[in-house]
Order: sequence, then C-alpha cells, then structure tokens
Amino acid sequence: MYGVLALQGAFAAHRRRLAELGISSREVRTPADLAAVEALVMPGGESTTMSNLLGSSGLFDPLAERLAAGMPTFGTCAGMILLADKVLDGRADQRSFGVLDVTVRRNGWGRQLDSFETELDVTGFDGPFHGVFIRAPRVEAVGPDVDVLAFHGDDPVLVAQGALLAAAFHPELTPDPRLHERFVELVGSAAPETEEV
Amino acid sequence: MTQRPDPHVTGTFPVKRGLAEMLRGGVIMDVVTPEHARIAEDAGACAVMALERVPADIRRDGGVARMSDPEMIEGIKAAVSIPVMAKVRIGHFVEAQILQSLGVDFVDESEVLTPADEAHHIDKYAFDVPFVCGATSLGEALRRVGEGAALIRSKGEAGTGNIVEAVRHLRSITGDMRKLTQADAAELFDWAKRLQAPLPLVQEVAKAGWLPVPLFCAGGIATPADAALAMQLGAEAVFVGSGIFKSDEPAPRAKAIVEATTHFQDAAILAKVSRGLGTPMTGIGMDELEHHYADRGW
Repeated sequence: MYGVLALQGAFAAHRRRLAELGISSREVRTPADLAAVEALVMPGGESTTMSNLLGSSGLFDPLAERLAAGMPTFGTCAGMILLADKVLDGRADQRSFGVLDVTVRRNGWGRQLDSFETELDVTGFDGPFHGVFIRAPRVEAVGPDVDVLAFHGDDPVLVAQGALLAAAFHPELTPDPRLHERFVELVGSAAPETEEV
Repeated sequence: MTQRPDPHVTGTFPVKRGLAEMLRGGVIMDVVTPEHARIAEDAGACAVMALERVPADIRRDGGVARMSDPEMIEGIKAAVSIPVMAKVRIGHFVEAQILQSLGVDFVDESEVLTPADEAHHIDKYAFDVPFVCGATSLGEALRRVGEGAALIRSKGEAGTGNIVEAVRHLRSITGDMRKLTQADAAELFDWAKRLQAPLPLVQEVAKAGWLPVPLFCAGGIATPADAALAMQLGAEAVFVGSGIFKSDEPAPRAKAIVEATTHFQDAAILAKVSRGLGTPMTGIGMDELEHHYADRGW
C-alpha cells in the first residue's frame, strides 16, 4: 500500500496522480496509518506546519525510523525540505529527517510573486517535463551519493538517492504521469526495508 | 544539460492556483501585529492574514474599513517565513496594486472591508499575485473564478464567532455542485442562467464535481470543532479571524485548531485537542447583527 503524508498540503493531488496509474493509496496522519504503508509520498505544503504536526501527531520518530530503514519515499517541495540533510532559512525549531544528502534553502527562489513555470529535461525522459515551482526550495549543495536528474539553469531540481526521489517542483499539479511512474518503478526495485535500524 | 534557454514564467494562473493548492488542509490566521504572526506560525498556521483590526473589532468600531498600512504589513512579512496575505476592499484595484508591489503572497478581496465598488469586482487576471474571494453560493464562487480568483472561501459571517452562516454557505456551494453533476447538458444552460455564472465554468463543475480552484471556509470559526465541521462539510482549509486572538488563550487555541483541521475526521483527537482551551470568543447571534458582511459582493 502506498501512503501519502496528509498532515497539510497538496496530498489529494498526489493521490489522484497515483490513482490514474492504478495505484490505491491511503492518507497518513497517525503512526497507525504509517504502519500500514510500504512507500510514502511527502507532498508540498508549508514545511513549518508539517514539522509542527509531525511532532504533535507522534509521527516524527516512527517516520524517521522507516526512512532510515529504507522505505521508498517521494518528496515534493516541502517534502524535499523534510527529507533534506540541511535546511537553510528554516525556523530554528524546524525539524527535517536528514536522510537525503542535500542542502536546501527554503523559499530559495523568492516569494509567491517569484513562483514560476518552466520546462525541464529529466534524465531518461524523451520529452521535456513541465515544472511548476511554488515558493520552491533551492538545492544549494548535493552529496556524492545523490543523482541529479534535472536542472533548472545551474540548479538541481530533481534528485535521487537510494530509495528516495525528491523534486523542488510539483509533478502532482500537472497531468504528466512520468515522475509518479518513475517513483512506482523505484518502489518496485527497492530493497526490502531492514528490520533493525 | 540543455541547449535551449530555460523558460521561466511567473504570474501564470497555474502558479497562482498552485499556492492555493499548497495551503490545503491548513489554517490561515488573522494577525494584527508581528507578535501575533509569530504566535500563529509557532502554532502551525500555513499562512497569515495581515490586517489592522480583526473583523470583530471592525464590527465594533464601525466606519470605513480599508487596506492596512503598508508599514504594518511589511512588519508582519518580516516576522514570519510562511505566506502573508492581506485584504483589499471589493473593487479597489489600486489597493491591490499596492499590495502586489509590497510582495504579499495572496490578496483577499474581502467583504469584511467596506466595498469600494458596488457593481464590479477586481479584474484579477490583471495581476501576478493570486487572489482569494468570498462566496455565499456556487454562482458567486464561479463569478469570482471567472474574474480570475485562484481560491474561493465561503464567506460565513466574519467577526461573529458563530459558525451558522459558514455552514449555510458551504452547504449551498457543495450541494449545488452535487446537483450539477446530475444535470444533463440542456439543464446546464438553465443552471448557468440561474447561477448567473459563466456557462463553461458551470460545465466544468458538472464534469469535475468540484470548483476549478480550491474551496476554503471562513467567517465564524471559533473552536477546533468548528474547524473540523467546516472540513467535514467539504472545505479544504480554514481561515480563522477573530476566533483566535479574541479568545482567552490564543496560542493553545491556535495550535488546537491546526490539529483539528488536520485530524478533522478523528473524534478522539478532536476531543483531546479541545480540552482546557479557556473561553472562546463570546460570539454574536445572527439576529443581533446590524451588518451582514456576507451580503457585500455581487
């Protein structure tokens, strides 16, 4: 079963994209929800809000364990921030899981008036992928184990590392299914989660 | 990696609507000072609405309510990292130009302020900043979408702490959307006429079963249970105005409303977060009201 983190943000759009690929999913708001899923999408939204709710819902620690154990996870926008090793311009008390070896700057492209659309060349895709960036994080550094799958100008905007896929933009807001398909392939090929962390 | 220059287009409708999508499942809180804004952000608000007086005070003071002082809006922008919204009077496109130049993230063309135009709303396509507008009915919602609104909120009755009007408006909008999905092609022409809404938008709602933009709830939410009620009735996020900072203990109430909006279907969590919050704002019955703000807008 796929899960979509549903504390706040664009979780319903991700579920629609997955449903179009014939994949049923459930919303994840509690530790019990999390225990029922084998793969997770972490959607866009406000990362400060999600960080708060991860604490109050008791999800932070079990989710950190699952991520460390290798649960396949697709983070978009705020989801990418939550996965990142290092977050710049976040709140002092903002928590992230630190499993993706990237440094991201929150709202690194500016405020809403600087939000934009563009065409992206994604490694392995035949044609361009339409990228919608909403107050998006900017990736400022990537570690040696991270594959950059797309750039906008000189900035990495789509990265992969092991069972993790993370986009600074919003594939759930456009009808193109290819990135969700890429995630489904990743889930299919991922190693089983380790029992002990 | 690429030979062609990357396009980089700002201010498009998908980009405006995109921010509305990101606010789903969240709470947007009215704040009048940077300190309020920080309390709201600490509590988990997904955005704040910067204004000089909360609706309950506008109601008490009377007179003309206008856009807030840019200095005050900038103070709030500087205090938080979440999106900042601000209100303009219905039809007052110059106030909107000013807010856009200040770099606010969302403009609320709001009935809570005194209308500047008795026939026209703002042409929201003329702006790069996204707009949210209030609606009491599906027709009103679709007229605002037709003018370029990226987000609709049911109006309710702001500054009352009374959820009854919000419930009426949400039920009216979602009920008519359900009926539209059952209408045949010929009936949709009649629906467009009765709703006084653009036919293509009526047809779109009939097909999709929902508005072309997100639908949030505003006006009268004072408790975690109110927020969850709005969400169970189909709202996709909530605006809370006077309900937080007119209550006894704003910080815990704000946090409780955030949790209630996320866990809106889980009665055990709602019970837990509703405990020990102190006294909510007193509130006003509809028959005691001198002005119904929801009647403003055309």
